[in-house]
Amino acid sequence: MTTTVYADTPVEVDAEGFLTDPGQWTEPIAERIAEENGIPELTDRHWLVVRFMRERYLATGSAPSIRALGKESGVPVKELYRLFPKGPAKLAARIGGIPKPRGCI
Amino acid sequence: MSARRIVVLGAGTGGTMIANRLRRRLSPEEAEIHVVDRDDEHVYQPGLLFVPFGLAHLDEIVRPRRRQLRRGIEFHEHEVEAVSLERDEVQLADGTLLPYDVLVVASGVRLQPEETEGLEGPAWNERVFTFYEPASADALHGALERFERGRLVVNLVDMPIKCPVAPLEFAFLADWYLRERGVRERIELVYATPLDGAFTKPVASRHLAGLLGEKGIDLVTEFNAGEVDGDAGKLVGYDGRELDYDLLVTVPLHGGAAYVERSPGLGDALGFVPTDRHTLQTAAKPNVFALGDATDLPISKAGSVTHFEAEILTENVVRFLEERKLLAGYDGHANCFIETGFGKALMIDFNYETEPLPGRFPTAAGPLPLLRESRLNHLGKLLFQSVYWHALLPGRELPGLGPTMPTAGKKLAATT
Repeated sequence: MTTTVYADTPVEVDAEGFLTDPGQWTEPIAERIAEENGIPELTDRHWLVVRFMRERYLATGSAPSIRALGKESGVPVKELYRLFPKGPAKLAARIGGIPKPRGCI
Repeated sequence: MSARRIVVLGAGTGGTMIANRLRRRLSPEEAEIHVVDRDDEHVYQPGLLFVPFGLAHLDEIVRPRRRQLRRGIEFHEHEVEAVSLERDEVQLADGTLLPYDVLVVASGVRLQPEETEGLEGPAWNERVFTFYEPASADALHGALERFERGRLVVNLVDMPIKCPVAPLEFAFLADWYLRERGVRERIELVYATPLDGAFTKPVASRHLAGLLGEKGIDLVTEFNAGEVDGDAGKLVGYDGRELDYDLLVTVPLHGGAAYVERSPGLGDALGFVPTDRHTLQTAAKPNVFALGDATDLPISKAGSVTHFEAEILTENVVRFLEERKLLAGYDGHANCFIETGFGKALMIDFNYETEPLPGRFPTAAGPLPLLRESRLNHLGKLLFQSVYWHALLPGRELPGLGPTMPTAGKKLAATT
């Protein structure tokens, strides 16, 4: 675990860059992480996904998989990949300040 | 007191084991046991892996479901329409109502090829196959026998899938099979997975990636298949990457049984049933339990898991009927053989907390090496079918194979 600074705020991150304490998260932090990962601007659609992931994690203790995200967030899987190229669930979790989705077994 | 009524949905590995175990534990005066399934064909699913290579035939691995159930269990051959949690009642497709005191959901998973664009197109069962389903596994046998040159792509669309090592085993066996046929050097073998490695657990993933490399099988990671163009022979990822194939062996998306989605409050978005990881009671209602592939538990969807769960679940259904505290006894124990071709297999043994590690099973002096290829593991895998029909399904205890994971033979400190 290391400390890094986003938007003038020091936060704890794990080896892969995920915030270890979701409580340290703020919207400006999200914007910085997005930039760092090739998303210069977060649109409403990005925010919808990021907030959905975050709320689900805070309520249930685990982030949804990409398929559940596609079914429940109202954003189809194809669009999710356009918004968050490569790994939507992983990237949205990172921007949302929650741990890496555990994926599967 | 009159007999209580237990209804089990599904007569596969989990449903059959739990019904038979409960029938042994409870007298007919104590409980009526009803089992529902939509057909009468019980498939020994580990056998499906061997069908495409002509090493097993469908008639050897399929038996009637009702014949696996003990006397004193009533079998209903019907589709389930829905479960009413409110009324403690199951409605069957023909309108029959089955009220229950305890419900056990054991209906496994449903393959959903329709969720991937183009997968079921004109090339389905011509150039595109899955060995996860008997008819397609059989059709794939014919296609492999005729396959002379080109590119064979093995792809799992997304997790969770049944037996997460099976697509890897398929790739290993395909390498062996094509070498035996003398055509391997004209065929490119590709293994494409949405995971960031060969497997989900780090130590095993490294071992298995090493095996793929040794066998000359290309590993493509973080590939999320979004679309199949059957005519052009292209598998297209959501990120735009394309994989050309001459033969595509896919593992389609998995979801829960259709009735789970029709039953308010029973399942999650994918139709899996949220279940307590230690007691196997569901979140839906205290008198509803679940086991096997139907649950949302963070552990492999595999017969060994179902077997270990069945021991705990039998105890908990009895405790529930007697209004006693449930046993939080399941630790996520899973155990499987991984066929690697050329008459060898390796074995892995793990649980919620401990990933598959090298060592020996079940103890340090045990006969079976863990995470290492051996002939004995392969023989173990072959012998297992007989154990399945004659000991596991009837609910007999297997000496030395308990529900919790043994640690004695494992190199627990190992990190490589």
